[in-house]
Amino acid sequence: MENQIRCFEDIFSEAFNNEKVVTDTSSDQVDVETSVFNIYKQFEKNASMDPDLPKLSRHTHSKILKNWLKGLHKSYECLDASRTWLVYWILHSLWLLNDLPDAETLSHIVQFLSHCQNEEGGYGGGPGQYSHLGTTYAAINALSIIGTDAAYDSIDRSSLQKFLWTLRDVDGSFALHKGGEQDIRGVYCALSVAKITNTYTDALFDKTAEWLVSCQTYEGGFAGCPGMEAHGGYAFCGIASLALLNKSHLCDVDALLRWCVNRQMRVEGGFQGRTNKLVDGCYSFWQGAAFPIISAILSQDNKEMIETVFFNQGALQEYLLICCQARDGGLIDKPGKLRDIYHTCYALSGLSVAQHGTGAGDPYVVGSPRNEVNRVHPLHNVAPHLVYNAVHYFIRHPPPVKDKN
Amino acid sequence: MSDSGENDAAWTLYKDRPEWRDLKPVPENDGPSPVVVIAHSEKFEDVYNYFRAVLQSNEKSERALQLTKDAVELNPANYTVWQYRRDLLQALGTDLRTELDYVEAVIKHSPKNYQVWHHRRVLVEWLQDPSLELELTGDALLQDPKNYHAWQHRQWVMKTFGLFDKELEFVDNLITEDVRNNSAWNQRYFVMNNHLGWSDLNVQREICYTLEKIKFVKNNESSWNYLRGVCFHDKRGINGNAVVTSFCEELYKNKCRSPYLLAFIIDMCDEAIKKGETNTFHNADRAILLCHDLATKYDKIRSKYWNYVCDKFKKIQKAQNETDNHENNIDN
Ligand SMILES: [Zn+2]
Repeated sequence: MENQIRCFEDIFSEAFNNEKVVTDTSSDQVDVETSVFNIYKQFEKNASMDPDLPKLSRHTHSKILKNWLKGLHKSYECLDASRTWLVYWILHSLWLLNDLPDAETLSHIVQFLSHCQNEEGGYGGGPGQYSHLGTTYAAINALSIIGTDAAYDSIDRSSLQKFLWTLRDVDGSFALHKGGEQDIRGVYCALSVAKITNTYTDALFDKTAEWLVSCQTYEGGFAGCPGMEAHGGYAFCGIASLALLNKSHLCDVDALLRWCVNRQMRVEGGFQGRTNKLVDGCYSFWQGAAFPIISAILSQDNKEMIETVFFNQGALQEYLLICCQARDGGLIDKPGKLRDIYHTCYALSGLSVAQHGTGAGDPYVVGSPRNEVNRVHPLHNVAPHLVYNAVHYFIRHPPPVKDKN
Repeated sequence: MSDSGENDAAWTLYKDRPEWRDLKPVPENDGPSPVVVIAHSEKFEDVYNYFRAVLQSNEKSERALQLTKDAVELNPANYTVWQYRRDLLQALGTDLRTELDYVEAVIKHSPKNYQVWHHRRVLVEWLQDPSLELELTGDALLQDPKNYHAWQHRQWVMKTFGLFDKELEFVDNLITEDVRNNSAWNQRYFVMNNHLGWSDLNVQREICYTLEKIKFVKNNESSWNYLRGVCFHDKRGINGNAVVTSFCEELYKNKCRSPYLLAFIIDMCDEAIKKGETNTFHNADRAILLCHDLATKYDKIRSKYWNYVCDKFKKIQKAQNETDNHENNIDN
């Protein structure tokens, strides 16, 4: 009932009321709503003739993703230091669509990622680039998705653990690379990687939980560093990290939940990243995935809670399916924007969270049942069983060198 | 970014430059079966072939410094180039003032990039001179008043060098300009929390300031969130300050049904129950009614959440009724 698809009239009745005070924020919001209204109105017309709508264009998305995996246009030069990310985004998207490449291509990916791995540990954004925590996270996730012994064995976990130590600061925070900036992404990537590869030690993350808690803001979300504004991407990093540390009780979960629920847009159905900012498809995952994590935390005191996520799963799916699919494949931030690989990955990941919720009950799928995508582990954004397989492989095969620090 | 050699005819490829003849370019080593291959322009490939060569031989020279500039221009997000450039600056003892000018120009071109702002921060750290930073970030925020990187740099500078003096005025201007600018509200909290402090007087002053802004625009989550943040520092809590409670009741009486107002009253009810201070305005029954109104009328997108909050109050209500009955039984 609470997840039902909304009719146009209901959506329209939620239009922004500027109270006769026009500011940049309100006019930007009104612009987005205007374009979204047009799309939803047109959709209602189309849907009256085709009850199968809205439809996820699985085939079109798969096709463009497989093209991207091979090669990219010159306009992607600005992502030349993020090729490891591109690999993960594409592979994960294809996995969500249940259309992973063949074994040969996957083994090529393992080889390519090995060329991005550095002797000092970790992975860079491309061959010959310094190791970076973001791209290391991307590489480990991609290799977990591939999930072969060759993929697992290609990771040098001894040097990886040393690399993590070089980035740790005394206060428990992490820099993104040697000499690089320090923010909550560093902690999340380090933790996710360390947990999956069994290179985690308590000493490596000493004081980290306290540092994370200091990033929770008066609004309830988390910021990139203490003092800054609560933000969807950083809030995900904050709560996922605390959950990975089993220390989520240290933060104010009720305040976080209140902030998260308020990020869902009443007209668009998607999420914004910050208070009074615009909807964006990628926050479907960053904000969306916080909900199953919060539900898991709350159900520690309350057994019946585990089944629910506290956002409107139907409205988010409407936004993604109706407003965020590019005609020629790939997904977008918001209507009027160009598709890109990052938004394709996180919009599809968000769609998965919206369909599967906590994963405990039956999926709730808007449109045709064929719209259902695979489920993800909300802490790592990789399939739950693929995380499990990797973790257990690495427990069975401990790294050659134990933590020396 | 200008990315191709085609339209700038004056450009000479590094491989055609006599002064670079001694260095053997290093092509990117993707291995035998590359994936996600980006179709680079000839210029891009050439510059990065030489950058890789310099990096591999660890060459610390003026020409290498110049090369990193070209590499940055082609891709300002390449953190390896920026890091190597910092190593060069230190090794060569380059004048950091000119470097400040340089990175300022890059920031103007790419204001939403992690690497450029980090580079700026390291330079300011090395120079121990924050004198240009408030203006630089001020300019960036004029372009985009919600630029996260600019705010983060500004906060770091203010905290590190104690530059809080005029910040409340700066913030007030931004809030006056756009009362919905949440980044400005967050900065206001930052100034209070790190500089002015939460004395009773300051709390009261901030409450009055915020209530004025709410009167002006009631459907503004930013100001309501700030109000909650400030009240958190009020010893009397969010339901003990008569100015706040009567303000909310007045709005409610005048038919304001902003979901943020209703949510705020629910929080007041919650606190009153926790403190054992329930009254006609703040009690479980009213909270339940408000949750119901939000779930079905004023905030439908969040109906699941409001029903969940409602259930919590219903449990409290039930427990209260049970103790009431129990007490009645004892009296009998
Ligand atoms: Zn986005």
